[in-house]
Amino acid sequence: MDSASSDRPVPGQHLAPTVARSVKILVVGAFGVGKTTLIGAVSEIDPLRTEERITTASVGIDPGQPNKDTTTVAMDFGRITVTEDIALYLFGTPGQRRFWDLWSGLADGAVGALVMIDTRHLEDSFEVLDQLELRTKIPFAVVVNQFPDSPDYPLERVRAALDLLPETPIVECDARDRQSAVLTLITLVEHAMTFPVFQKVNA
Amino acid sequence: MDTEEYRDHPVRSYVLTSGRAHPSRNTLRPETLVRAVESRPVLSTAGRLERELVQLCQGTLALAEVAAYLALPVSLVAVMVSDLVDAGNLTIRSNHQAHVLPGKDILEKILDGLRKL
Ligand SMILES: Nc1nc2c(ncn2[C@@H]2O[C@H](COP(=O)(O)OP(=O)(O)OP(=O)(O)O)[C@@H](O)[C@H]2O)c(=O)[nH]1
Ligand SMILES: [Mg+2]
Repeated sequence: MDSASSDRPVPGQHLAPTVARSVKILVVGAFGVGKTTLIGAVSEIDPLRTEERITTASVGIDPGQPNKDTTTVAMDFGRITVTEDIALYLFGTPGQRRFWDLWSGLADGAVGALVMIDTRHLEDSFEVLDQLELRTKIPFAVVVNQFPDSPDYPLERVRAALDLLPETPIVECDARDRQSAVLTLITLVEHAMTFPVFQKVNA
Repeated sequence: MDTEEYRDHPVRSYVLTSGRAHPSRNTLRPETLVRAVESRPVLSTAGRLERELVQLCQGTLALAEVAAYLALPVSLVAVMVSDLVDAGNLTIRSNHQAHVLPGKDILEKILDGLRKL
């Protein structure tokens, strides 16, 4: 494993000694919607990647298949030191069914999720949204990532097509642009503030 | 990142963690912050990976970062971290409990920080 030594954090990649708390936001969405791009645009470190092996038989790819098989699920992530004592982690995972079990564990304790949408393939996001609503209670905001050939749908039409609740935020963004990506995070955290589960002030 | 080595040895994670597949502490999450305890030398019986892990944590890092730098899965690194915390070589920096959501005060601080970016 030569990579372990060459990938060693260089000075500055460790968190400041004042950081004593971490929070996380998930970035989910279908293949190629721009999850890694958005994370890279806001992260203070180069996005990192970690892989997990999961047993496909246990996550419902082939329920009738007695021979367990394994598959690898990659997670890209980045980090922002938002205050001198809080680090915000952004974890990006794909939206396929076989990854959902991995997600629900990831969702525990999360502030919320950004659900990235590509309007050229709107239907790819239906299942992601369904599963997020069914399997987790976490706040989410829908982020419409703009590609050069994206159709010019008004956001309210996208909202209707996705059957979003009236209170669910939906915003456009250019995932490559830092300020645009930061705005999506602000939108999500503002939305999370309205959720009763976060009302309690930690001691 | 080289994950081939791991992929080629499906039983490796069990061997490395002395046969236990689950971390003893279910409080460890990918975002949990860990740091080496400087005054505590790593036991001579510790393996190369454990030493490397403690070495990485000379400053604060999240579990997921440690996993990425070691090119190992988060679930495996959680087991190693858990053992190293028990051995006194690592300390958990993040002072919140698993399952406890951040309070509104924390969200407000995050918002303030994001608005300043
Ligand atoms: N024009 C434009 N291109 C983008 C934008 N966001 C991402 N891309 C491009 O779209 C491609 C896919 O982006 P990624 O960030 O890798 O998408 P992903 O969701 O991480 O993809 P997977 O991890 O494979 O599911 C890349 O070539 C990006 O450069 C955007 O906002 N505008
Ligand atoms: Mg990606």
